Amino acid sequence: MADATVSMTGPRGPKPKRRFSPTNIMLYGTLFVVAVYYALPLYVMIVTSLKGMPEIRLGNVFAPPVDITFEPWVKAWAEACTGINCDGLSRGFWNSVQILVPSVILSIAIASVNGYALANWKFKGSEVFFTILIFGAFIPYQVMIYPIVIILRETGGFLGVQLMGSIWGLVIVHTIFGMPILTLLFRNYFTSVPEELFKAARVDGAGFWGIYFRIMLPMSLPIFVVAIILQVTGIWNDFLFGVIYTKPETYPMTVQLNNIVNSVQGVKEYNVNMAATLLTGLVPLAIYFISGKLFVRGIAAGAVKG
Amino acid sequence: MAIADDAQSPSAVQRERTQRPNRLFKNMTAKIASIPMVATALVIFVGCTVWTIVHSFTNSRLLPRLEFVGFEQYERLWETRRWLVSIENLAIYGVCSLILSFVIGFTLAALLDRKIRGEAVFRTIFLYPFALSFIVTGLVWQWILNPQFGIQSVVQRWGWESFAFDPLNNADIVIYGILIAGIWQGSGFIMVLMLAGLRGIDEDIWKASRVDGIPVWKTYVVVIIPMMRPVFITALVIITSGIIKVYDLVVAQTSGGPGIASEVPAKYVIEKMFQSQNLAQGFAASTMMLLSVLIVLIPWAYLEFGGKKRG
Repeated sequence: MADATVSMTGPRGPKPKRRFSPTNIMLYGTLFVVAVYYALPLYVMIVTSLKGMPEIRLGNVFAPPVDITFEPWVKAWAEACTGINCDGLSRGFWNSVQILVPSVILSIAIASVNGYALANWKFKGSEVFFTILIFGAFIPYQVMIYPIVIILRETGGFLGVQLMGSIWGLVIVHTIFGMPILTLLFRNYFTSVPEELFKAARVDGAGFWGIYFRIMLPMSLPIFVVAIILQVTGIWNDFLFGVIYTKPETYPMTVQLNNIVNSVQGVKEYNVNMAATLLTGLVPLAIYFISGKLFVRGIAAGAVKG
Repeated sequence: MAIADDAQSPSAVQRERTQRPNRLFKNMTAKIASIPMVATALVIFVGCTVWTIVHSFTNSRLLPRLEFVGFEQYERLWETRRWLVSIENLAIYGVCSLILSFVIGFTLAALLDRKIRGEAVFRTIFLYPFALSFIVTGLVWQWILNPQFGIQSVVQRWGWESFAFDPLNNADIVIYGILIAGIWQGSGFIMVLMLAGLRGIDEDIWKASRVDGIPVWKTYVVVIIPMMRPVFITALVIITSGIIKVYDLVVAQTSGGPGIASEVPAKYVIEKMFQSQNLAQGFAASTMMLLSVLIVLIPWAYLEFGGKKRG
């Protein structure tokens, strides 16, 4: 009998009538156990960051804090040391903000225009460049990192500004490496816009920019939100480019966090480390929990090519 | 002025005409607007890659120079123990993370697809690690796996005195410690992909299998999994290209230690280029990375795009 009920209750059928059938208990039990594994690190981070050091030395990592203290948070933000600098993560946070804002704006502006040109204004060779761009997304960054250092140094020298080691150099790098996925995202979206709309605007005499600003842009707000989510989390979480294209004064938050936690000098303050880690993860986490389904859409759009 | 006029004229209308005045200036604004894309494609993706490959055949050390030495850098690379350890680690990490991502991702997606209550809650919990950076992931797991305070000590305090689980300080199993963190971070994403694939499957298939009395697990194995081939291939490409890029996670969690036990190729490249001033060696290693990506990418591109043209 049990077998018969199992085979009768496929996933698309009506809800199983017996709430506490063995299958259901197994199903929810498994999901619950797995959920604990996924949730545990976040819990441990929060709990550890609220304990004092004596309590950490005595207790275990999973125990909830007895005396809740916010001192580790204050210390991580304002006093934690990297080498000789002891101004905490706050510097890294503001660096990251300064890198993030122009990178997101620039990369999305360029990629949306690219995607629009590719969708509606195809020219000879445009598809070829697009294909190169998409394949470029798979090239390991390590292959291109050094020549880009030279390009930044030379262009900076030519223009009389410092690009290598400055925030602007990193902004350019983020714009370049965000381009494949964003262009794909926007191209696919603009292709799905009915062509009649585009033709009607052409007949009315609108040009390239006219159509972009008056028709495409107002229509494509959702895709811009998806792109912003994608870029904010991606750029905030970047470590490799930050470590190579900036110098200690302009290090983004992730790089500074790694330097604080993995520095060898002094006594390890695990609570401060976890507070710092949590602080760095806070921005993408907030975006994730607020945006919900859009986040999923963003990463899925970025992942499923073509 | 004629040129400007032409640039402004509608391309849709132009297509109707048989004669075009000047092909180069047709669609001029679109071409100008695409300069960033063209420049990125040609200068960065093609130019820089070719530059690195060419310089991997030189003996550049502190500065890049064109003094060719043939395959010497590659020979030296494959004689370096550090590189061999990196490759071995990448292979173990790659195979395990591929299998585990697929199994965990698919199982979770299948469980979530069975019309359960609170699906959104479970999905949120499974996916949130993906929003975190590898640095955060590595540091959290470094703390959880800490031998003095982490899992090992907790289990010991529960009474299992001889319990030993200290992957991050044991050269033999350190890569599995990194694997735990990597799977935690990325498998939720594979689950989302698989779930999207499962949702795309026609409901009639389920009805038909139910009518025929085929057990659910058998339907998954025999019918659903073969149908999800495109999703599996996408996931395969994403996971593999992610594996080859593994860098931040190792830097944060172990810094390549203990000793060189958890080194990975991406880290080898960065260190050769920016720390030990052995540029050409770094270029050769990064070219090897590119080669391994191509081994995955070319068959995929052939299947994906070559197949479409034929039918």
